[in-house]
Amino acid sequence: MIHYSFADFKSDQEVKWCPGCGNHAILNAVQKAMPQVAEDTGSPKESFVVVSGIGCSSRFPYYMDTYGFHSIHGRANAIATGVKTANPSLNVFVATGDGDSLAIGGNHFIHAVRRNIDLDVILFNNEIYGLTKGQYSPTSKLGKVIKTSPFGTIEKPFNPGELVIGARGTFFARSIDAEVVLTKDCLVEAAEHKGMSVVEVLQNCVIFNDKAHADFAADKAMRAERTITLRHGEKMLFGAENNKGLVLDGFKLKVVTVGEDGVTLDDVLTHDAHEKDTYLHNALAAMKYPDYPVALGVIRDVDEPTYEQEVERQIAEQQAVTSIKCVDDLLNSGDTWVIE
Amino acid sequence: MKTKEVNDVVLRFSGDSGDGMQLTGTLFSDTAALLGNGISTFPDYPAEIRAPQGTVAGVSGFQVHIGSQRVLTPGDYCDVLVAMNPAALKANACWLKKDSTIIIDADSLDAKSVARAGFKSEDPFAELGLEGYNILTPAITSMTRDALSGLDLDQKSVVKCKNMFALGICLYLYDKPLDHPKSYIQKKFGAKRPVVAEANILALTAGYNYGNNTHAFANTYRVEAADLPKGVYRNINGNQATAWGLLAASEKSGRPLFCGSYPITPATVILEELAKRKDLGVKTVQAEDEIAGICTSIGASFAGHLAVTSTSGPGLSLKSEAMGLAVMAELPLVVVDVQRGGPSTGLPTKTEQSDLRQALWGRNGECPMVVLAANSPSDCFNTAFQAAKIALEHMTPVIMLSDGFIANGSQPWRIPSMSNYPEIVPPVITELDENEPRFLPYKRDDKRLARRWALPGTKGLEHRIGGLEKDFLKGTVSHNPLNHQRMVEARAAKVAAVADFVLRQEVLGESSGELLVVGWGGTKGHLQAVVEKMQAEGKSISLCHLTYINPLPRGLKEILAGFKKIVVCELNDGQLADYLRMNFQEFKYEQMNKLQGQPFTTVELEAKFNTLIEK
Repeated sequence: MIHYSFADFKSDQEVKWCPGCGNHAILNAVQKAMPQVAEDTGSPKESFVVVSGIGCSSRFPYYMDTYGFHSIHGRANAIATGVKTANPSLNVFVATGDGDSLAIGGNHFIHAVRRNIDLDVILFNNEIYGLTKGQYSPTSKLGKVIKTSPFGTIEKPFNPGELVIGARGTFFARSIDAEVVLTKDCLVEAAEHKGMSVVEVLQNCVIFNDKAHADFAADKAMRAERTITLRHGEKMLFGAENNKGLVLDGFKLKVVTVGEDGVTLDDVLTHDAHEKDTYLHNALAAMKYPDYPVALGVIRDVDEPTYEQEVERQIAEQQAVTSIKCVDDLLNSGDTWVIE
Repeated sequence: MKTKEVNDVVLRFSGDSGDGMQLTGTLFSDTAALLGNGISTFPDYPAEIRAPQGTVAGVSGFQVHIGSQRVLTPGDYCDVLVAMNPAALKANACWLKKDSTIIIDADSLDAKSVARAGFKSEDPFAELGLEGYNILTPAITSMTRDALSGLDLDQKSVVKCKNMFALGICLYLYDKPLDHPKSYIQKKFGAKRPVVAEANILALTAGYNYGNNTHAFANTYRVEAADLPKGVYRNINGNQATAWGLLAASEKSGRPLFCGSYPITPATVILEELAKRKDLGVKTVQAEDEIAGICTSIGASFAGHLAVTSTSGPGLSLKSEAMGLAVMAELPLVVVDVQRGGPSTGLPTKTEQSDLRQALWGRNGECPMVVLAANSPSDCFNTAFQAAKIALEHMTPVIMLSDGFIANGSQPWRIPSMSNYPEIVPPVITELDENEPRFLPYKRDDKRLARRWALPGTKGLEHRIGGLEKDFLKGTVSHNPLNHQRMVEARAAKVAAVADFVLRQEVLGESSGELLVVGWGGTKGHLQAVVEKMQAEGKSISLCHLTYINPLPRGLKEILAGFKKIVVCELNDGQLADYLRMNFQEFKYEQMNKLQGQPFTTVELEAKFNTLIEK
């Protein structure tokens, strides 16, 4: 029986993020999630690997007492793909940011999603470049005024959920840094999902983009009204009194209040995270305040063959039928001739 | 008619890039090799897959040199040119020997095709000044049509078989049997498309019979089997040999092989060859780009595999930052660069020794990597093995330089036995030493200065690595000024120490004298052929051909000191020459440089060396 505590996953390195940074809460959630993942899956601590790119969030591996690789900007998903393909028995996490995975590393990110390799990606989204001291990122809101956009950005932002689901990703969840339990729960589900998992954590950069998510996530009461936490098999309800719900109105989602205008609980959609069709998951991931509540929790969790399993399957199949068992066999295969 | 004995012959097959000339040439050379001839081949093809038909831009060529002795080069100029159309004739006329034979499809000599090839007159032969050459004009297309008239096959597929007709003629001319091409065709088409197999074999046979029946040739020729060392042989090209050498290193080290790569000419075949080898447990990732190619490999290396990425010049540029990471992380990695004409996209299908400077210095910071270069198609096997051995045992990324000429060229290779190759012992650590309470990821051994390789999954050895400067022992992030200097020096010393573990530099010929020819990489065959010829003529000339470029091998300085003149021969503007000037300033270096996307010719090398000796 494998049992670890929170402390087992903490390294001896001093955490050097700014006071008040949302990353502290995320680190806390990860250090709580990993012992549970280890226990649930029977994985020893030495099977955990954390790979990161560059950015504030990418300092993450140094704070975890696991195998860790702090790599180069944008490449964490590619490096992690190599780690997991080489050794599928490892639990490979990626700590990355909106600049790291959606700008310089965007290509690796979407292709890792497309391949469905079993990585657990924690995407810290603070809508800003923090480590370079405040430039707009691919998730910054249109019009954001910051050092490199003194007159406001003219670029439309990516929504990471739409990217993942658009690439037919098999797992997408969203949380907020302050919601440590929800983040932990999402991470555990992500780790136990076979295939590429992306957990977007809306993170607050207290220095360069403070209150980026504050219009819907400033405090618990506001989050109850302006976000919806989706749970597989449960009605899509939210609000302080849990009486607001989501229904489909034609092809679009619509917010209703149960008990008003003849709406009953039966009319409210039930969340099916396991549905392979991407349509509704995409619509949920795309919801933006104030038109909709922002969707949190596990939005999509579908079962498909994973990349590394398919690699292993092909190797096993070929090894079962081949006459080439070693390099000598290979060198002597095909057309050869003898000189006496 | 009689069969004449000849010692060697060079044939060049040329046609539209869709005419199947690469296959035709390969089947001819494989047939010769199977019969024991020495061979060397040189595919010379355009970057376009199907350039406009009948134009000079679309001409694809394949040159093969067969001999009754060891063959070192694919030959400068050809004895026989097979041209499937006037454009092929025009593109290749410059490669004809004075008294050579030209076989050209008569059906292609209509006014329109001649004009399309860019001839100004209606007589391409006169325009090229080919009077006096032995010009044969069999109607290859129409005879192929006639031969296949009984088959239930569309005209397009029928005409596609004309390359086999041409091959049949050449096999007749050089007194070779049809067994090998027949069995190849059967294997390729027999099961799935029997009518296509039948058509190709009919065309092949018809071409052979045409040669036999028409007495179009005054003689046929025979090249006797070469006097090669005893053993089992196969034909091998450089890319295949590279892939197989890496497999050999994987077997000898017990580390499974991983290759993350992105397709790029002329390196792609390495990835293709390794992708076939699931039977030997190889894992390949066709990555989304060059950067992901190397980064997946770095990840696999971290996880304990022998990791490789293959590329060509532009791809090496894209991998620069990640190579720096591998240097910093001190992980084993083999980067194979199959060089091509540069800069930028350059000449993708043409050879050049373009990337030596990039391999040595193309990274930010003080970032030394081991660099070595293969010198022939079959030598790619040993060089790839050696590159992997150094990477694994010294915990360092290694660049192996190949080039388009040796990567695509092929030669007979005496198949080695893996029992004759050394074991490879990477410094994998599985548990802590007694006197090491906590794992020190950057602790080094005394001789190689290599750190130890602790593989994820190993209990108690959890550690973090990365691109930030690391503490000399603990591997934690360190911005300490003295630590940085110490680490820069340690990484440099580690690479320099490789020289203590590889062979001393050898010289071909006397170790002192008039002229020392210095080369590296794929030019060796040409340089050796010329040096040996001049040595036989009594000239004071020796060859020093480098495999190890960083670090330079022991003994090199002493060799350089032994000669009155040194000439550095390269298919670039003097990259090795400058590097030698930097390392050994006391010597004067002459240069022989060529930047035409083509190998040296032995003729131009010999002329240069004679001039230098006589001066």
